[in-house]
Amino acid sequence: MLDADYFRRWMTATAASVDREAQRLTELDSPIGDADHGKNMQRGFTAVVAALEKEAPDTPGAILMLAGRQLISTVGGASGPLYGTLLRRTGKALGDAAEVSEEQFADALRTGVDAVMTLGGAAPGDKTMIDALVPAVDALPDSFTAARAAAEEGAVATTPLLARKGRASYLGERSIGHQDPGATSSALMVAALVEAADE
Amino acid sequence: MSDPTDKLVGIVLVSHSAAVSASVAELAIGLAGGGTTAPVAPAGGTVDGGLGTSAELIAAAAASVDRGAGIAVLTDLGSAVLTVKALLAEGDELPDQTRLVDAPFVEGAVAAVVTASTGADLAAVEAAATEAYTYRKV
Repeated sequence: MLDADYFRRWMTATAASVDREAQRLTELDSPIGDADHGKNMQRGFTAVVAALEKEAPDTPGAILMLAGRQLISTVGGASGPLYGTLLRRTGKALGDAAEVSEEQFADALRTGVDAVMTLGGAAPGDKTMIDALVPAVDALPDSFTAARAAAEEGAVATTPLLARKGRASYLGERSIGHQDPGATSSALMVAALVEAADE
Repeated sequence: MSDPTDKLVGIVLVSHSAAVSASVAELAIGLAGGGTTAPVAPAGGTVDGGLGTSAELIAAAAASVDRGAGIAVLTDLGSAVLTVKALLAEGDELPDQTRLVDAPFVEGAVAAVVTASTGADLAAVEAAATEAYTYRKV
């Protein structure tokens, strides 16, 4: 079973990973985006960690709802409402249970990913965060490590794709050959699920 | 029941740039001209003055133009659209009857402010702004 502490560790591990990789995320965002993805994600997750330190909700759902709220408020770019929606809808789907099973979490995360697809209008293959998140939720019922591998593969597989959403879509063919920064940060977030479990 | 003309629809203009949203607001109010003008609030850029979208500025702008007749929110692109949609999904972040209007930013803003200033309701303001898409320049 996964408790509130686990989800707090997930958010902390994501924040640490985003900190470590901020430069790389921004480099990926330079040729096809506006070169702010690393900084935006860092600002968002710094706010998430600060909020969770100040107020410590005692259910998994409440932790994800609070974290998502911080991302929507502080990020400043499209990743804010997209990641914010992912966490809020996942948290909402978890309800107010004190502990959730891995199966319940996998189902809830799928609800969150579906909400992101609705909000952004992106489908798999559009070269977005969805290309990491969908394989991850598909693999999550097997194990967290399987989800991590699937998300990482999904992120790498965005490289040859033509961007159909966001600023990169204006570049047309020139978006081909670059790994999507959003899929990359999504893979970091999924990898943090494993780190949080190891602690 | 109060006279509906007492209550004008509010307009919020969300851009990635503070200068763009402020200028479009000024343009729309200027073209609406004379008499009573509907309340318009720009919400541009980030809180620290950079390019981007701020949920905080959007919520504050919406509260400032709320006269109880609804609010039409017009946006430029990308994160502006997504942030407003996310705030609407939250349910309690924006005043009741706040609507994201699908319209071109400049032309839609002018149409929305002119229409709202006549005392038209939210549906009419939305229709006028959306119609701006059909105006072809060539």
